[in-house]
Amino acid sequence: MPGKLKAKIVAGRHLPVMDRASDLTDAFVEVKFGNTTFKTDVYPKSLNPQWNSEWFKFEVDDEDLQDEPLQITVLDHDTYSANDAIGKVYIDIDPLLSSEAATVISGWFPIYDTIHGIRGEINVLVKVDLFNDLNRFRQSSCGVKFFCTTSIPRCYRAALVHGFVEELVVNEDPEYQWIDRIRTPRASNEARQRLISLMSGELQRKIGLKVLEMGGNAVVGYLQCFDLEGESGLVVRAIGTACTLDKLIPGSEIKEPVFSEDPTHPLSVPPTPLRTLPSSSSPPPFSPSKLCSRQSSSSDTDLSLTPKMGMGSGISVGKEAGPLKTLLRQQAQSALEQREFPFFTLTCFPPGFLVHIGGVVSARSVKLLDRIHNPDEPETRDAWWEEIRQEIKSHAKALGCHAVVGYSESTTICEEVCILSASGTAAMLNPRFMREGSVCVYSRFDDASPPSCGFCHIPYDEFNMPFPAQLTYCYHCRRQKVPDVLFTTIDLPAEAAVTGKGCLIQARLCRTKKKAQGEVNATAISNLLPFMEYELHTQLMNKLKLRCMNALFGLRIQISVGENMLLGLASATGVYLSALPAPGGIQIAGKTPSDLSYDQHISTMQKRINDTIAMNKELYNIHPPECIEEVVGSPIPDRQRSRLFRSTSESSDELSELDLSHGKKDAFVLEVCYALLRCLSIYLSLSPGFYSCNTEVMPGIYNWTSGLQMFTSVRVYRLNNANLTNQGLNKIFTDLCENLLKSLYFKLRSMIPCCLCHLNFTVAVPEEELIQVRRHTPKNTSPILFIFPINILVRVKEIKLCVFVCFPGSGENEEQLQFSMELCGESTSSNNQPTAKPSVSSVDYGSFADRCSTWLELLRLKAHTIRRGSVKTTSSSERCSPLPEVRSRSLRSTRSLPCGAPVTVVKMTPLSFLPRTRIVKYLGIINMFFIRETTSLREEGGVSGFLHSFIAEVFAMVRAHVAALGGNAVVSYSMKECVFMENPNKNQAQCLINVSGDAVIFVRESDQEAIPPLITCGQTSTTGADGTT
Amino acid sequence: MSVELDVFVVNTTIMDEEVYQLWLDGYTVNDAVKVRMEGGVLEGCEASAEVLHSDTMDQYRTFQMCERLLHSPVKLANQLLFQIPPHRQVMLIERYYAFDSVFVREVLGKKLSKGTKKDLDDVSAKTGVTLKSCRRQFDNFKRVFKVVEELKGPLVENIRQHFLLSDKLARDYAAIVFFANNRFETGKKKLHYLTFQDFAFCAGQLISNWTVGALGDYNMVEDMDVDLEKEFLQDLKELKILITDRDLLDQHKSLVCTALRGKTKAFNEMEANFKNLSRGLVNIAAKLTNTKEVRDFFIDLVEKFIEPCRSDKWTAGDMRLYLTHYTNSAHVLDTFKHQVVWDRYMGVIKSCILKMYHD
Repeated sequence: MPGKLKAKIVAGRHLPVMDRASDLTDAFVEVKFGNTTFKTDVYPKSLNPQWNSEWFKFEVDDEDLQDEPLQITVLDHDTYSANDAIGKVYIDIDPLLSSEAATVISGWFPIYDTIHGIRGEINVLVKVDLFNDLNRFRQSSCGVKFFCTTSIPRCYRAALVHGFVEELVVNEDPEYQWIDRIRTPRASNEARQRLISLMSGELQRKIGLKVLEMGGNAVVGYLQCFDLEGESGLVVRAIGTACTLDKLIPGSEIKEPVFSEDPTHPLSVPPTPLRTLPSSSSPPPFSPSKLCSRQSSSSDTDLSLTPKMGMGSGISVGKEAGPLKTLLRQQAQSALEQREFPFFTLTCFPPGFLVHIGGVVSARSVKLLDRIHNPDEPETRDAWWEEIRQEIKSHAKALGCHAVVGYSESTTICEEVCILSASGTAAMLNPRFMREGSVCVYSRFDDASPPSCGFCHIPYDEFNMPFPAQLTYCYHCRRQKVPDVLFTTIDLPAEAAVTGKGCLIQARLCRTKKKAQGEVNATAISNLLPFMEYELHTQLMNKLKLRCMNALFGLRIQISVGENMLLGLASATGVYLSALPAPGGIQIAGKTPSDLSYDQHISTMQKRINDTIAMNKELYNIHPPECIEEVVGSPIPDRQRSRLFRSTSESSDELSELDLSHGKKDAFVLEVCYALLRCLSIYLSLSPGFYSCNTEVMPGIYNWTSGLQMFTSVRVYRLNNANLTNQGLNKIFTDLCENLLKSLYFKLRSMIPCCLCHLNFTVAVPEEELIQVRRHTPKNTSPILFIFPINILVRVKEIKLCVFVCFPGSGENEEQLQFSMELCGESTSSNNQPTAKPSVSSVDYGSFADRCSTWLELLRLKAHTIRRGSVKTTSSSERCSPLPEVRSRSLRSTRSLPCGAPVTVVKMTPLSFLPRTRIVKYLGIINMFFIRETTSLREEGGVSGFLHSFIAEVFAMVRAHVAALGGNAVVSYSMKECVFMENPNKNQAQCLINVSGDAVIFVRESDQEAIPPLITCGQTSTTGADGTT
Repeated sequence: MSVELDVFVVNTTIMDEEVYQLWLDGYTVNDAVKVRMEGGVLEGCEASAEVLHSDTMDQYRTFQMCERLLHSPVKLANQLLFQIPPHRQVMLIERYYAFDSVFVREVLGKKLSKGTKKDLDDVSAKTGVTLKSCRRQFDNFKRVFKVVEELKGPLVENIRQHFLLSDKLARDYAAIVFFANNRFETGKKKLHYLTFQDFAFCAGQLISNWTVGALGDYNMVEDMDVDLEKEFLQDLKELKILITDRDLLDQHKSLVCTALRGKTKAFNEMEANFKNLSRGLVNIAAKLTNTKEVRDFFIDLVEKFIEPCRSDKWTAGDMRLYLTHYTNSAHVLDTFKHQVVWDRYMGVIKSCILKMYHD
């Protein structure tokens, strides 16, 4: 009996009225884990019941502990008819299973119903007693820590980095089971929520087992995704990086993390058992369009050329570093060779970890979905991913790299067509991190390549370049070669030398395609993909040059399929790396020199472009040292300047067709003009004081305040004209994205100066048939298409965050945001950094005065409440009013305000850290899945009203779970999935949201020693105190 | 291309106070956008009217979702749906419960019933306050009234506890509740010159001096702040002796006149009108046992006292002087035994009249 789970139901509050006659509710609670259910007594006639139940004890296997959520159902007792459900709370008890995470879950949880949303709150206490189980053959993996954060968590040290772990589980989607036709929407939604919760638990457990097998104790960069494949099933898959983490004792010296070469586990990543390629039973792969930026067409042959034991040929690349490099390669190779996939989901690394970066590698494959026949053996899906990963690996090899960092996987599904994508950054890792003990040998190497530029140096060798690149000697160390541009999927290394500031760069693209079914459709899509990717790269490259920058970080390319269009959106953060050469200008070539007016047009265009570049230089403060000329010398020929990544499609070897560097540039020129024109118009009007990037931190800005704000915005557009051309669509799509940004700038104008970090766009083209909510309508969906015969929905959805930049004098800003701390009575010394930045912030004295008066008011009120409280303690409190709560609170704690601050303030951020704070403890992973449905869409304020409240509810539930774990923030938060479906004619809508993140406790840097502020004081004690009054 | 759905949700709820005010004032989204445009929010921003519209919509939705919570402000503090910084919560509540003085003047003293609510469109037309805003304000009055109606303890304190309002606003609500409960007549033409603040001040005086709670006797008597103390009203009848007993009346007059002589220009008028004025005040006191007469308390004060004085062109200083001596002189009358009741009565009357004596 490896574990005992204990739960106690304390109280409820703000329950909905379930009995119209009395305006009250007779509530009781069912607590369920696995197949065991306990019930509390009925607490009659109250909206604020005090159950104070006994401890309900569940004796369970730790395997179940990992898989199952604790399910709490609040019901209204009804003597004559069936009891009505008020709502449910699912509590993931995984954080309690690790000794270093949370020890107790205690707090108020919103009671959630998939039809009505949040209906009151319930106070619950959960504990777990684990017994040690030394069974070698156990199926559980309790104690393995999971982190969404894609860097080594702040209060840990990576003792060993084991490498890539992956797993996927499949199941039938309850929405598509026959029983769904007869059960209620609520039952169906709950079945789905529960199933996904179970599957996530199982997935984590299985990944945990793999980690244990590898000798690790944690998974970092854990990325879990759902593929809602509709009729063919539900896939939950996850990837991550297995590590052995040591907890840092504050003050102790941080040792360098080391890569493991664990001799006892030669095959340290046991792949899923079946690696055979799909047989005839599985759908044929449709000419998987592979693509690899900066990679040669013959990637597969490269692979075979690479000797098993590294590049023994020892071609000298740099000066003295050459042989070392080879040695390094050998070392690293041998260490990594034993891993089937030398992939790392991390995007941020300890200093010295990255040696060189090759470039972005990506692979896509188009598949036809078929029903998953046997959920226990998800071979097909496994094989698909296996294939893609192999491809990525070979691409990386082609770039002379032995590892892939910043690795991620995604899918997009439209009816039965599914595009699987994987991307990462090919890189060479320092052998120092691979093997302990051999550190000293290579220490000289570090001297040879300073950390601020070393990662830029090419890993491939100069004479055997995988693709045409313009190499120059590094502008920083002048010893080794660097490429002219660098694209990566990782965050900017902290030690990198950067000139000026960075900025968000996006490439957007729409392509129409004919409506088709099955194989025809899949073929059409896979034919389009390489062109799209190529064009996205072209756009990125041009925009990058327009901003006078030479590197992209955090590149994320998303391709979504719709019924009659494909959407591509690439986002990245552009920077000027000091080590790389200055980007050349952009030259426009006319196609027919004879045409005079055309020439004129071209020349004005050229002038505008040059002006823009100059202006952007100012804007982003890019003033590279003047030594450029000596190396670049003569103006770079046009040919090379417009040289772009060659995209390769394995199926079609006609590369020249796509290679712009060799003639055939007419279309290209026009495209460039078009794209550039757009850039010109947009970036001239960029709002001052706003910066945006999609990486964790903004390159070039270092003075953050602790004030931060996280927001989610969802937009759905309906395109009215079905006969749109590619260009028309492009324009619309670009406008949408730009408008969204403008809208954000406007909304956040009061926070200037600020920076939108981790700006994360997601686009989707919902299937038209999804417009209807599927339930209770015939499964045959074709007639419904006539509701919107010619419309296309384009959805732009993104999750973002805004971080404040602290300029001198903006202490006001900061203070305003520190509401939580102020209220705890902690003195907030707003330590303004004495930065030399010009003061841009406008100090609004009006609002300051306002706030002062508010403060006085607050203080006065506070004094009052306390006094009143003491006067009134004798009064009886049989009245069911909120008064007793207020009173007891004010009596108990002088810190709380009249309007009370019993709710712990929980910050949420997609960043892995909170500026100016220190994370002292990781409490466990938050991974939640919610479904919300309505049959009264209009009454809830239409689609916007419905989704607005749902997202607010999801935030509330995340915050409640974090607070219950004892945390005060969620880092690495992300909304992975947001699927929205509506049927306005039936007044129905349904939405699915999946969120994840790491619950943490943070303290401000100024008061590190202090205990984290009022974690649960308002939560556990409120109810207890109520009884005493 | 049309925007089908457009939402923006933040972890720590952002609220624009200006938009909140527009929402409270009952502006439609389109009108609010217009007002904001004219206010120049877009200046310096690269934003179009669409952006403004979408922002306004977002905020309106947030407010609508918050409204339910604002109905019981205590919930706002411990609800989990919105993470709102406490100082923002205070602002939200305070503004939500704020009211237009023109509006409150119209419904002051009226029964807070469905009937009155139906007439709100007239009130809206008359005052220029939007119907939506009128409804909100009216519902606020009614809600506060319902909650405190059955509560024990001091009125202002109860309001502050349950609605987390500032002291000033809680006092105003206490006045509104008090007026609604006693149904004081405030709508007569003669009373039109009085502002809500005049009445609120008077209500405060009445609450703190003439109710059961006024004695500081917190004996769990219901409505102790909302109703006037019955016993006291009975005792007021005894004051009649001041006008029915001729000797007493003459004595009182001569005492007052002696004290006033030479101190004011209006002395002659004071002397001439003394008996009338005194009768007026004492009669008001004597009639207060009758609920119907209580309603006319203010109209009586104006008709019987303020108007005669005003026609005689008394200054505010004259008024103060007169009332002070009028009150104090009664103490010297040896046959007058009701000094305590007299003081309790005249204290309030004096401050009310002084407050109400203006143009």
